[in-house]
Amino acid sequence: MRRQDFLDWADQYMRGELSKEDQIAFEEYCKEHPEITVLLEEHTSFLKLWKDTEERKALRLALAKEGKNIKSNSSLFSSQKILSLWSRLQINAAVAATVALVSVFSTLWLTGYFTNIKKATTDYSALRREMNSVKRNVNEQNKVIRDINNNKTKNTTPIHFGATGFMLTKDGYVVTNNHVINGADSVHLQNSKGQSFRAKIVYSDAIKDLAILHIDDTGFKPLKNVPYTFKKQKSELGEDIYTIGFPRDEAVYGQGYLSSNTGYVGDTIAYQISIPVNPGNSGGPVLDNQGNIIGIISGKQKGIDGAAFAIKTKELIETLNRIPADSLKGNIVLNNKNTLANLPRTEQIKKLQDYIYIVKVF
Amino acid sequence: MSKIKHILPYEVSDQELITGIAQGDSRAINKLYKFFFPSISRMIINNNGSDDEAKDIFQDAVMVLYDRLTQGKFELNSKLSTFLYAVSRRLWLKHLTRKGVTSKTSDISDFEDILKIEDDVERHEIIESNFRQMSFALEQLGEPCKTLLHDFYIVNMSMQEIKEKFGYTTTDNAKTQKYKCLQRLKKLFFNTSKLDK
Repeated sequence: MRRQDFLDWADQYMRGELSKEDQIAFEEYCKEHPEITVLLEEHTSFLKLWKDTEERKALRLALAKEGKNIKSNSSLFSSQKILSLWSRLQINAAVAATVALVSVFSTLWLTGYFTNIKKATTDYSALRREMNSVKRNVNEQNKVIRDINNNKTKNTTPIHFGATGFMLTKDGYVVTNNHVINGADSVHLQNSKGQSFRAKIVYSDAIKDLAILHIDDTGFKPLKNVPYTFKKQKSELGEDIYTIGFPRDEAVYGQGYLSSNTGYVGDTIAYQISIPVNPGNSGGPVLDNQGNIIGIISGKQKGIDGAAFAIKTKELIETLNRIPADSLKGNIVLNNKNTLANLPRTEQIKKLQDYIYIVKVF
Repeated sequence: MSKIKHILPYEVSDQELITGIAQGDSRAINKLYKFFFPSISRMIINNNGSDDEAKDIFQDAVMVLYDRLTQGKFELNSKLSTFLYAVSRRLWLKHLTRKGVTSKTSDISDFEDILKIEDDVERHEIIESNFRQMSFALEQLGEPCKTLLHDFYIVNMSMQEIKEKFGYTTTDNAKTQKYKCLQRLKKLFFNTSKLDK
Protein backbone atom coordinates (compact mmCIF):
# COMPACT_ATOMS: atom_id res chain seq x y z
CA MET A 1 0.00 0.00 0.00
CA ARG A 2 1.25 3.43 -0.86
CA ARG A 3 1.79 6.06 1.88
CA GLN A 4 -0.68 8.35 0.16
CA ASP A 5 -3.44 5.75 0.18
CA PHE A 6 -2.72 4.81 3.76
CA LEU A 7 -2.84 8.42 4.98
CA ASP A 8 -6.04 9.01 3.07
CA TRP A 9 -7.48 5.95 4.71
CA ALA A 10 -6.25 7.22 8.13
CA ASP A 11 -7.89 10.61 7.52
CA GLN A 12 -11.17 8.91 6.72
CA TYR A 13 -10.82 6.77 9.86
CA MET A 14 -10.17 9.79 12.10
CA ARG A 15 -13.04 11.73 10.59
CA GLY A 16 -15.34 8.78 11.23
CA GLU A 17 -16.26 8.34 7.59
CA LEU A 18 -15.57 4.64 7.50
CA SER A 19 -18.08 1.86 7.98
CA LYS A 20 -17.70 -0.51 10.94
CA GLU A 21 -15.98 -3.26 8.92
CA ASP A 22 -13.56 -0.74 7.40
CA GLN A 23 -12.71 0.65 10.86
CA ILE A 24 -11.88 -2.84 12.10
CA ALA A 25 -9.89 -3.50 8.92
CA PHE A 26 -7.90 -0.29 9.45
CA GLU A 27 -7.09 -1.20 13.05
CA GLU A 28 -6.09 -4.70 11.97
CA TYR A 29 -3.87 -3.27 9.26
CA CYS A 30 -2.09 -1.03 11.79
CA LYS A 31 -1.48 -4.02 14.05
CA GLU A 32 -0.05 -6.05 11.23
CA HIS A 33 2.28 -3.30 10.06
CA PRO A 34 4.06 -1.82 13.12
CA GLU A 35 6.28 0.33 10.90
CA ILE A 36 3.21 2.16 9.62
CA THR A 37 2.12 3.25 13.11
CA VAL A 38 5.15 5.56 13.31
CA LEU A 39 3.89 7.29 10.23
CA LEU A 40 0.38 7.43 11.68
CA GLU A 41 1.58 8.92 14.96
CA GLU A 42 3.60 11.52 13.20
CA HIS A 43 0.61 12.36 11.03
CA THR A 44 -1.82 12.72 13.95
CA SER A 45 0.53 14.74 16.13
CA PHE A 46 1.27 17.03 13.22
CA LEU A 47 -2.43 17.55 12.62
CA LYS A 48 -3.04 18.16 16.31
CA LEU A 49 -0.32 20.78 16.39
CA TRP A 50 -1.86 22.42 13.40
CA LYS A 51 -5.34 22.44 14.92
CA ASP A 52 -3.97 23.85 18.16
CA THR A 53 -2.21 26.53 16.15
CA GLU A 54 -5.49 27.49 14.55
CA GLU A 55 -7.25 27.62 17.90
CA ARG A 56 -4.49 29.68 19.43
CA LYS A 57 -4.56 32.00 16.48
CA ALA A 58 -8.28 32.46 16.95
CA LEU A 59 -7.85 33.19 20.65
CA ARG A 60 -5.04 35.63 19.98
CA LEU A 61 -7.17 37.41 17.42
CA ALA A 62 -10.05 37.55 19.86
CA LEU A 63 -7.74 38.88 22.56
CA ALA A 64 -6.29 41.53 20.29
CA LYS A 65 -9.74 42.56 19.10
CA GLU A 66 -11.06 42.78 22.64
CA GLY A 67 -7.91 44.65 23.63
CA LYS A 68 -8.61 47.31 21.04
CA ASN A 69 -12.13 47.80 22.33
CA ILE A 70 -10.98 47.88 25.92
CA LYS A 71 -8.24 50.35 25.24
CA SER A 72 -10.41 52.83 23.44
CA ASN A 73 -12.99 53.06 26.18
CA SER A 74 -11.28 51.88 29.34
CA SER A 75 -10.50 55.34 30.68
CA LEU A 76 -13.86 56.64 29.48
CA PHE A 77 -15.58 53.75 31.16
CA SER A 78 -13.92 54.27 34.51
CA SER A 79 -14.64 57.99 34.53
CA GLN A 80 -18.24 57.29 33.61
CA LYS A 81 -18.42 54.89 36.46
CA ILE A 82 -17.04 57.43 38.87
CA LEU A 83 -19.43 60.03 37.52
CA SER A 84 -22.42 57.78 37.90
CA LEU A 85 -21.33 56.86 41.40
CA TRP A 86 -21.02 60.53 42.22
CA SER A 87 -24.35 61.48 40.70
CA ARG A 88 -26.05 58.67 42.56
CA LEU A 89 -24.51 59.46 45.90
CA GLN A 90 -24.53 63.25 45.56
CA ILE A 91 -27.65 63.71 47.62
CA ASN A 92 -26.47 61.27 50.26
CA ALA A 93 -23.17 63.11 50.48
CA ALA A 94 -24.90 66.45 50.80
CA VAL A 95 -27.21 65.16 53.52
CA ALA A 96 -24.33 63.56 55.37
CA ALA A 97 -22.30 66.76 55.23
CA THR A 98 -25.23 68.82 56.44
CA VAL A 99 -25.95 66.47 59.30
CA ALA A 100 -22.29 66.50 60.28
CA LEU A 101 -22.11 70.29 60.24
CA VAL A 102 -25.35 70.75 62.14
CA SER A 103 -24.40 68.22 64.77
CA VAL A 104 -20.92 69.67 65.23
CA PHE A 105 -22.12 73.21 65.67
CA SER A 106 -25.13 72.35 67.79
CA THR A 107 -22.93 70.26 70.06
CA LEU A 108 -20.44 73.10 70.34
CA TRP A 109 -23.27 75.52 71.06
CA LEU A 110 -24.93 73.25 73.61
CA THR A 111 -21.71 72.68 75.48
CA GLY A 112 -21.20 76.43 75.65
CA TYR A 113 -18.10 76.36 73.49
CA PHE A 114 -18.83 79.72 71.88
CA THR A 115 -19.52 81.51 75.13
CA ASN A 116 -16.32 80.04 76.48
CA ILE A 117 -14.45 81.46 73.53
CA LYS A 118 -15.91 84.84 74.24
CA LYS A 119 -14.92 84.59 77.84
CA ALA A 120 -11.46 83.37 77.03
CA THR A 121 -10.74 86.12 74.56
CA THR A 122 -11.62 88.96 76.88
CA ASP A 123 -10.72 89.44 80.47
CA TYR A 124 -12.69 92.63 80.66
CA SER A 125 -15.59 92.30 83.01
CA ALA A 126 -18.51 94.64 83.07
CA LEU A 127 -19.50 95.51 86.58
CA ARG A 128 -23.22 94.91 86.72
CA ARG A 129 -24.44 92.49 89.29
CA GLU A 130 -27.03 89.82 89.11
CA MET A 131 -29.40 90.81 91.85
CA ASN A 132 -31.41 87.68 92.30
CA SER A 133 -29.12 84.90 91.27
CA VAL A 134 -29.21 83.06 94.58
CA LYS A 135 -32.89 83.59 95.05
CA ARG A 136 -33.53 82.58 91.50
CA ASN A 137 -31.57 79.38 91.83
CA VAL A 138 -33.46 78.46 94.99
CA ASN A 139 -36.74 79.34 93.33
CA GLU A 140 -35.89 77.23 90.32
CA GLN A 141 -35.09 74.28 92.52
CA ASN A 142 -38.25 74.65 94.50
CA LYS A 143 -40.25 74.93 91.34
CA VAL A 144 -38.70 71.82 89.91
CA ILE A 145 -39.53 69.97 93.09
CA ARG A 146 -43.08 71.34 93.06
CA ASP A 147 -43.62 70.58 89.40
CA ILE A 148 -42.07 67.19 89.51
CA ASN A 149 -45.43 65.54 88.98
CA ASN A 150 -47.09 67.99 86.63
CA ASN A 151 -45.30 68.80 83.46
CA LYS A 152 -46.45 72.39 83.28
CA THR A 153 -43.71 74.72 82.32
CA LYS A 154 -43.88 78.04 84.01
CA ASN A 155 -42.21 81.26 83.05
CA THR A 156 -38.79 81.44 84.58
CA THR A 157 -37.92 84.52 86.55
CA PRO A 158 -36.17 86.89 84.19
CA ILE A 159 -32.59 87.79 85.00
CA HIS A 160 -32.41 90.92 87.00
CA PHE A 161 -29.39 93.19 87.17
CA GLY A 162 -28.31 95.93 89.44
CA ALA A 163 -25.85 98.76 89.00
CA THR A 164 -25.30 102.41 89.85
CA GLY A 165 -26.33 105.60 88.15
CA PHE A 166 -26.16 109.28 89.01
CA MET A 167 -27.96 112.51 88.26
CA LEU A 168 -26.91 114.68 85.38
CA THR A 169 -29.48 117.39 85.98
CA LYS A 170 -31.95 118.11 88.74
CA ASP A 171 -34.92 117.40 86.44
CA GLY A 172 -34.30 113.72 86.28
CA TYR A 173 -31.64 112.84 83.68
CA VAL A 174 -29.46 110.04 84.93
CA VAL A 175 -26.40 108.41 83.41
CA THR A 176 -25.34 104.80 83.69
CA ASN A 177 -23.58 102.19 81.51
CA ASN A 178 -25.07 100.81 78.34
CA HIS A 179 -24.20 97.25 79.37
CA VAL A 180 -26.41 97.69 82.44
CA ILE A 181 -29.59 98.51 80.57
CA ASN A 182 -28.84 96.49 77.46
CA GLY A 183 -31.80 94.24 76.72
CA ALA A 184 -33.85 95.67 79.58
CA ASP A 185 -37.62 95.31 79.77
CA SER A 186 -37.89 98.07 82.33
CA VAL A 187 -35.50 100.17 84.34
CA HIS A 188 -36.08 101.39 87.89
CA LEU A 189 -34.02 103.81 89.89
CA GLN A 190 -33.93 103.66 93.65
CA ASN A 191 -32.54 106.46 95.77
CA SER A 192 -30.81 106.24 99.12
CA LYS A 193 -34.11 106.77 100.95
CA GLY A 194 -35.53 103.68 99.35
CA GLN A 195 -37.88 105.42 96.93
CA SER A 196 -38.10 103.76 93.54
CA PHE A 197 -38.86 105.53 90.28
CA ARG A 198 -39.53 104.17 86.84
CA ALA A 199 -37.09 105.44 84.20
CA LYS A 200 -37.03 105.31 80.46
CA ILE A 201 -33.98 105.01 78.28
CA VAL A 202 -33.40 108.22 76.40
CA TYR A 203 -30.22 107.29 74.59
CA SER A 204 -27.63 104.61 74.67
CA ASP A 205 -24.21 104.35 73.12
CA ALA A 206 -22.82 100.84 72.94
CA ILE A 207 -19.33 101.88 71.83
CA LYS A 208 -18.77 104.35 74.65
CA ASP A 209 -20.82 102.10 76.94
CA LEU A 210 -23.00 104.97 78.13
CA ALA A 211 -26.75 105.22 78.56
CA ILE A 212 -28.85 108.26 79.41
CA LEU A 213 -32.03 107.62 81.36
CA HIS A 214 -34.84 109.94 82.30
CA ILE A 215 -36.93 109.49 85.41
CA ASP A 216 -40.45 109.19 84.09
CA ASP A 217 -42.46 108.84 87.25
CA THR A 218 -45.15 110.98 88.82
CA GLY A 219 -43.71 110.33 92.26
CA PHE A 220 -40.49 112.06 91.36
CA LYS A 221 -39.99 115.59 92.59
CA PRO A 222 -37.17 117.64 91.12
CA LEU A 223 -34.29 117.96 93.50
CA LYS A 224 -32.11 120.86 94.36
CA ASN A 225 -29.31 121.63 91.94
CA VAL A 226 -26.77 118.83 91.67
CA PRO A 227 -23.82 119.65 93.92
CA TYR A 228 -21.06 118.45 91.58
CA THR A 229 -19.70 119.70 88.30
CA PHE A 230 -18.32 117.81 85.33
CA LYS A 231 -14.63 118.17 84.61
CA LYS A 232 -13.99 117.98 80.88
CA GLN A 233 -10.24 118.55 81.11
CA LYS A 234 -7.86 115.67 81.45
CA SER A 235 -7.13 114.67 85.01
CA GLU A 236 -3.60 114.01 86.18
CA LEU A 237 -2.08 110.67 87.07
CA GLY A 238 -1.99 110.03 90.79
CA GLU A 239 -4.96 112.23 91.51
CA ASP A 240 -6.86 111.29 94.60
CA ILE A 241 -10.33 110.07 93.57
CA TYR A 242 -13.32 108.32 95.10
CA THR A 243 -16.60 106.72 94.11
CA ILE A 244 -19.90 105.74 95.58
CA GLY A 245 -21.70 102.77 94.17
CA PHE A 246 -24.08 99.94 94.88
CA PRO A 247 -22.29 96.62 94.73
CA ARG A 248 -24.92 95.68 97.32
CA ASP A 249 -28.18 97.30 98.29
CA GLU A 250 -26.36 99.80 100.52
CA ALA A 251 -24.17 102.59 99.20
CA VAL A 252 -20.48 101.67 99.32
CA TYR A 253 -17.69 104.21 99.34
CA GLY A 254 -14.42 103.44 97.56
CA GLN A 255 -11.26 105.49 97.40
CA GLY A 256 -8.15 105.36 95.24
CA TYR A 257 -6.14 107.16 92.61
CA LEU A 258 -6.04 107.68 88.91
CA SER A 259 -3.47 105.20 87.66
CA SER A 260 -3.44 105.55 83.89
CA ASN A 261 -4.74 107.81 81.15
CA THR A 262 -5.96 104.92 79.03
CA GLY A 263 -8.38 102.12 79.73
CA TYR A 264 -8.54 98.45 78.87
CA VAL A 265 -5.91 97.57 76.22
CA GLY A 266 -5.11 101.19 75.56
CA ASP A 267 -8.71 102.36 75.22
CA THR A 268 -8.49 106.17 75.05
CA ILE A 269 -12.07 106.85 76.08
CA ALA A 270 -11.40 105.61 79.62
CA TYR A 271 -9.06 106.03 82.56
CA GLN A 272 -7.56 103.24 84.52
CA ILE A 273 -8.28 103.84 88.18
CA SER A 274 -7.22 102.05 91.27
CA ILE A 275 -10.35 101.77 93.34
CA PRO A 276 -11.70 98.48 94.65
CA VAL A 277 -14.84 97.95 92.58
CA ASN A 278 -17.23 95.05 92.30
CA PRO A 279 -20.20 94.04 90.18
CA GLY A 280 -22.79 96.69 90.85
CA ASN A 281 -20.33 99.58 90.75
CA SER A 282 -20.98 100.03 87.04
CA GLY A 283 -22.27 103.50 86.25
CA GLY A 284 -21.00 104.98 89.48
CA PRO A 285 -19.47 108.49 89.45
CA VAL A 286 -15.73 108.98 89.92
CA LEU A 287 -15.02 112.25 91.72
CA ASP A 288 -11.87 114.11 92.55
CA ASN A 289 -11.08 115.99 95.76
CA GLN A 290 -13.01 119.07 94.71
CA GLY A 291 -16.15 117.13 93.90
CA ASN A 292 -15.75 117.22 90.13
CA ILE A 293 -16.98 114.21 88.19
CA ILE A 294 -14.07 112.95 86.15
CA GLY A 295 -15.52 109.67 84.95
CA ILE A 296 -18.08 106.87 85.12
CA ILE A 297 -17.03 103.44 86.30
CA SER A 298 -17.60 100.79 83.63
CA GLY A 299 -15.57 97.67 84.25
CA LYS A 300 -12.39 96.05 85.46
CA GLN A 301 -9.76 93.71 84.23
CA LYS A 302 -9.93 90.20 85.54
CA GLY A 303 -6.84 88.73 87.06
CA ILE A 304 -5.17 92.09 87.65
CA ASP A 305 -5.40 93.77 91.02
CA GLY A 306 -6.73 97.29 91.16
CA ALA A 307 -7.29 97.74 87.46
CA ALA A 308 -10.72 99.28 87.12
CA PHE A 309 -11.83 101.49 84.27
CA ALA A 310 -13.84 104.66 84.19
CA ILE A 311 -15.19 106.35 81.07
CA LYS A 312 -13.94 109.93 80.80
CA THR A 313 -16.39 112.79 81.40
CA LYS A 314 -15.39 114.23 78.04
CA GLU A 315 -16.94 111.21 76.36
CA LEU A 316 -20.12 111.66 78.41
CA ILE A 317 -20.46 115.21 77.21
CA GLU A 318 -19.85 114.20 73.60
CA THR A 319 -22.56 111.58 73.98
CA LEU A 320 -24.96 114.13 75.44
CA ASN A 321 -24.33 116.42 72.48
CA ARG A 322 -25.17 113.66 70.05
CA ILE A 323 -28.63 112.95 71.52
CA PRO A 324 -31.22 114.02 68.96
CA ALA A 325 -33.14 117.05 70.23
CA ASP A 326 -36.58 115.50 69.78
CA SER A 327 -35.89 112.69 72.21
CA LEU A 328 -35.32 115.21 75.01
CA LYS A 329 -37.70 117.35 77.00
CA GLY A 330 -35.75 120.52 76.91
CA ASN A 331 -32.01 120.71 76.89
CA ILE A 332 -29.73 118.93 79.29
CA VAL A 333 -27.96 121.77 80.98
CA LEU A 334 -25.15 120.55 83.16
CA ASN A 335 -24.59 122.25 86.46
CA ASN A 336 -21.55 124.49 86.63
CA LYS A 337 -21.67 125.48 90.25
CA ASN A 338 -19.74 123.20 92.51
CA THR A 339 -20.97 123.20 96.10
CA LEU A 340 -18.69 120.43 97.26
CA ALA A 341 -15.34 122.02 96.63
CA ASN A 342 -14.27 123.02 100.08
CA LEU A 343 -16.11 120.44 102.11
CA PRO A 344 -14.46 117.57 103.89
CA ARG A 345 -14.93 114.16 102.29
CA THR A 346 -17.63 112.95 104.67
CA GLU A 347 -19.71 116.04 104.07
CA GLN A 348 -19.28 115.68 100.35
CA ILE A 349 -20.56 112.14 100.53
CA LYS A 350 -23.59 113.14 102.57
CA LYS A 351 -24.52 115.72 99.96
CA LEU A 352 -23.84 113.34 97.08
CA GLN A 353 -25.90 110.45 98.27
CA ASP A 354 -29.25 111.84 97.19
CA TYR A 355 -28.05 112.06 93.62
CA ILE A 356 -26.76 108.53 93.25
CA TYR A 357 -29.21 105.76 92.42
CA ILE A 358 -29.34 102.02 92.33
CA VAL A 359 -30.28 101.09 88.80
CA LYS A 360 -32.47 98.01 88.77
CA VAL A 361 -33.04 96.37 85.46
CA PHE A 362 -35.74 93.81 84.82
CA MET B 1 -26.83 50.15 50.18
CA SER B 2 -28.75 48.47 47.42
CA LYS B 3 -27.62 51.26 45.11
CA ILE B 4 -23.98 50.64 45.89
CA LYS B 5 -24.37 46.93 45.27
CA HIS B 6 -25.88 47.71 41.93
CA ILE B 7 -22.96 49.86 40.88
CA LEU B 8 -20.21 47.46 41.82
CA PRO B 9 -19.36 44.80 39.21
CA TYR B 10 -20.81 41.48 40.17
CA GLU B 11 -18.31 38.77 40.91
CA VAL B 12 -17.47 36.10 38.39
CA SER B 13 -15.60 33.15 39.83
CA ASP B 14 -12.12 32.30 38.56
CA GLN B 15 -13.32 28.85 37.53
CA GLU B 16 -15.99 30.30 35.26
CA LEU B 17 -13.40 32.48 33.58
CA ILE B 18 -10.96 29.59 33.19
CA THR B 19 -13.49 27.37 31.46
CA GLY B 20 -14.53 30.36 29.35
CA ILE B 21 -10.97 30.98 28.20
CA ALA B 22 -10.34 27.30 27.48
CA GLN B 23 -13.32 27.45 25.12
CA GLY B 24 -12.25 30.79 23.66
CA ASP B 25 -15.44 32.47 24.85
CA SER B 26 -15.37 36.16 23.93
CA ARG B 27 -17.39 37.21 26.99
CA ALA B 28 -14.82 35.53 29.21
CA ILE B 29 -12.07 37.41 27.38
CA ASN B 30 -13.93 40.67 27.88
CA LYS B 31 -14.27 40.01 31.61
CA LEU B 32 -10.62 39.06 31.78
CA TYR B 33 -9.68 42.45 30.41
CA LYS B 34 -12.09 44.27 32.65
CA PHE B 35 -10.95 42.63 35.86
CA PHE B 36 -7.24 42.10 35.45
CA PHE B 37 -5.93 44.39 32.75
CA PRO B 38 -6.02 47.68 34.73
CA SER B 39 -3.63 46.55 37.46
CA ILE B 40 -1.24 44.94 34.99
CA SER B 41 -1.22 47.91 32.64
CA ARG B 42 -0.54 50.18 35.63
CA MET B 43 2.39 47.98 36.62
CA ILE B 44 3.85 48.05 33.12
CA ILE B 45 3.24 51.72 32.44
CA ASN B 46 4.86 52.58 35.75
CA ASN B 47 7.89 50.59 34.65
CA ASN B 48 8.86 52.21 31.37
CA GLY B 49 6.09 50.58 29.36
CA SER B 50 3.51 51.92 26.98
CA ASP B 51 -0.16 51.06 26.81
CA ASP B 52 0.38 48.94 23.69
CA GLU B 53 3.22 47.04 25.30
CA ALA B 54 1.02 46.48 28.31
CA LYS B 55 -1.60 44.97 26.06
CA ASP B 56 0.92 42.71 24.33
CA ILE B 57 2.21 41.49 27.66
CA PHE B 58 -1.29 40.93 28.93
CA GLN B 59 -2.18 38.92 25.83
CA ASP B 60 0.97 36.85 26.25
CA ALA B 61 0.08 36.24 29.86
CA VAL B 62 -3.37 35.05 28.84
CA MET B 63 -1.74 32.73 26.31
CA VAL B 64 0.46 31.33 29.10
CA LEU B 65 -2.71 30.69 31.04
CA TYR B 66 -4.30 29.11 27.96
CA ASP B 67 -1.32 26.84 27.40
CA ARG B 68 -1.45 25.76 30.98
CA LEU B 69 -5.12 25.01 30.63
CA THR B 70 -4.80 23.13 27.34
CA GLN B 71 -2.01 21.03 28.83
CA GLY B 72 -4.70 19.70 31.13
CA LYS B 73 -3.80 21.59 34.28
CA PHE B 74 -7.16 23.17 34.88
CA GLU B 75 -6.35 23.67 38.56
CA LEU B 76 -4.71 26.92 39.57
CA ASN B 77 -2.93 26.95 42.91
CA SER B 78 -3.47 30.69 43.23
CA LYS B 79 -6.05 33.26 42.37
CA LEU B 80 -6.40 34.02 38.68
CA SER B 81 -5.51 37.67 39.25
CA THR B 82 -2.32 36.73 41.09
CA PHE B 83 -1.33 34.26 38.39
CA LEU B 84 -1.86 36.72 35.57
CA TYR B 85 -0.09 39.49 37.43
CA ALA B 86 2.92 37.35 38.24
CA VAL B 87 3.17 36.01 34.71
CA SER B 88 2.86 39.49 33.24
CA ARG B 89 5.57 40.72 35.56
CA ARG B 90 7.88 37.89 34.61
CA LEU B 91 7.25 38.44 30.89
CA TRP B 92 7.78 42.18 31.25
CA LEU B 93 11.05 41.67 33.08
CA LYS B 94 12.24 39.35 30.32
CA HIS B 95 11.19 41.91 27.77
CA LEU B 96 13.11 44.62 29.57
CA THR B 97 16.28 42.57 29.94
CA ARG B 98 16.07 41.78 26.25
CA LYS B 99 15.87 45.50 25.59
CA GLY B 100 18.77 46.07 27.98
CA VAL B 101 16.87 48.23 30.41
CA THR B 102 17.51 46.91 33.89
CA SER B 103 18.33 49.87 36.02
CA LYS B 104 14.88 51.26 36.63
CA THR B 105 13.00 48.08 37.29
CA SER B 106 14.16 47.43 40.81
CA ASP B 107 10.75 47.86 42.31
CA ILE B 108 9.24 44.95 40.40
CA SER B 109 12.26 42.66 40.32
CA ASP B 110 12.52 42.97 44.08
CA PHE B 111 9.32 41.02 44.45
CA GLU B 112 9.79 37.58 45.80
CA ASP B 113 8.45 34.88 43.55
CA ILE B 114 5.79 33.08 45.48
CA LEU B 115 4.41 31.23 42.51
CA LYS B 116 6.32 28.75 40.43
CA ILE B 117 5.35 30.43 37.23
CA GLU B 118 8.80 29.94 35.72
CA ASP B 119 7.83 26.49 34.41
CA ASP B 120 4.66 27.85 32.92
CA VAL B 121 6.48 30.61 31.14
CA GLU B 122 9.11 28.25 29.75
CA ARG B 123 6.57 25.73 28.54
CA HIS B 124 4.72 28.59 26.94
CA GLU B 125 7.81 29.66 25.10
CA ILE B 126 8.45 26.19 23.68
CA ILE B 127 4.86 25.85 22.55
CA GLU B 128 4.94 29.33 21.18
CA SER B 129 7.98 28.60 19.03
CA ASN B 130 6.32 25.42 17.69
CA PHE B 131 3.26 27.38 16.76
CA ARG B 132 5.30 30.08 15.20
CA GLN B 133 6.95 27.46 12.99
CA MET B 134 3.57 26.07 12.04
CA SER B 135 2.23 29.50 11.13
CA PHE B 136 5.37 30.22 9.19
CA ALA B 137 5.12 26.93 7.31
CA LEU B 138 1.47 27.62 6.47
CA GLU B 139 2.34 31.04 5.14
CA GLN B 140 5.10 29.57 2.99
CA LEU B 141 2.77 26.93 1.60
CA GLY B 142 0.86 29.23 -0.73
CA GLU B 143 -2.44 28.77 -2.54
CA PRO B 144 -4.34 26.63 -3.32
CA CYS B 145 -2.66 24.11 -0.97
CA LYS B 146 -3.24 26.27 2.10
CA THR B 147 -7.00 26.62 1.55
CA LEU B 148 -7.37 23.04 0.45
CA LEU B 149 -5.73 21.64 3.58
CA HIS B 150 -7.53 24.13 5.77
CA ASP B 151 -10.88 23.20 4.28
CA PHE B 152 -10.22 19.50 4.73
CA TYR B 153 -8.53 19.32 8.13
CA ILE B 154 -9.82 22.36 9.99
CA VAL B 155 -13.24 23.08 8.45
CA ASN B 156 -13.84 19.32 7.95
CA MET B 157 -15.18 19.61 4.41
CA SER B 158 -15.76 16.31 2.60
CA MET B 159 -13.58 15.28 -0.35
CA GLN B 160 -16.60 15.65 -2.63
CA GLU B 161 -17.09 19.31 -1.66
CA ILE B 162 -13.41 20.01 -2.12
CA LYS B 163 -13.47 18.46 -5.57
CA GLU B 164 -16.30 20.82 -6.56
CA LYS B 165 -14.82 23.87 -4.90
CA PHE B 166 -11.41 23.53 -6.52
CA GLY B 167 -12.68 22.16 -9.82
CA TYR B 168 -10.94 18.74 -9.81
CA THR B 169 -12.31 16.18 -12.20
CA THR B 170 -12.32 13.28 -9.73
CA THR B 171 -12.06 12.92 -5.96
CA ASP B 172 -8.95 10.81 -6.52
CA ASN B 173 -7.26 13.80 -8.16
CA ALA B 174 -8.28 15.91 -5.18
CA LYS B 175 -6.92 13.27 -2.81
CA THR B 176 -3.58 13.20 -4.64
CA GLN B 177 -3.42 16.98 -4.52
CA LYS B 178 -4.20 16.94 -0.78
CA TYR B 179 -1.45 14.38 -0.13
CA LYS B 180 1.11 16.41 -2.06
CA CYS B 181 0.14 19.58 -0.24
CA LEU B 182 0.39 17.88 3.13
CA GLN B 183 3.80 16.48 2.29
CA ARG B 184 4.99 19.98 1.34
CA LEU B 185 3.64 21.46 4.53
CA LYS B 186 5.37 18.82 6.62
CA LYS B 187 8.58 19.41 4.76
CA LEU B 188 8.35 23.17 5.31
CA PHE B 189 7.56 22.71 8.99
CA PHE B 190 10.37 20.28 9.74
CA ASN B 191 12.87 22.25 7.69
CA THR B 192 12.24 25.45 9.65
CA SER B 193 12.48 23.56 12.92
CA LYS B 194 15.79 22.13 11.78
CA LEU B 195 16.92 25.63 10.87
CA ASP B 196 15.92 26.84 14.32
CA LYS B 197 18.03 24.21 15.98
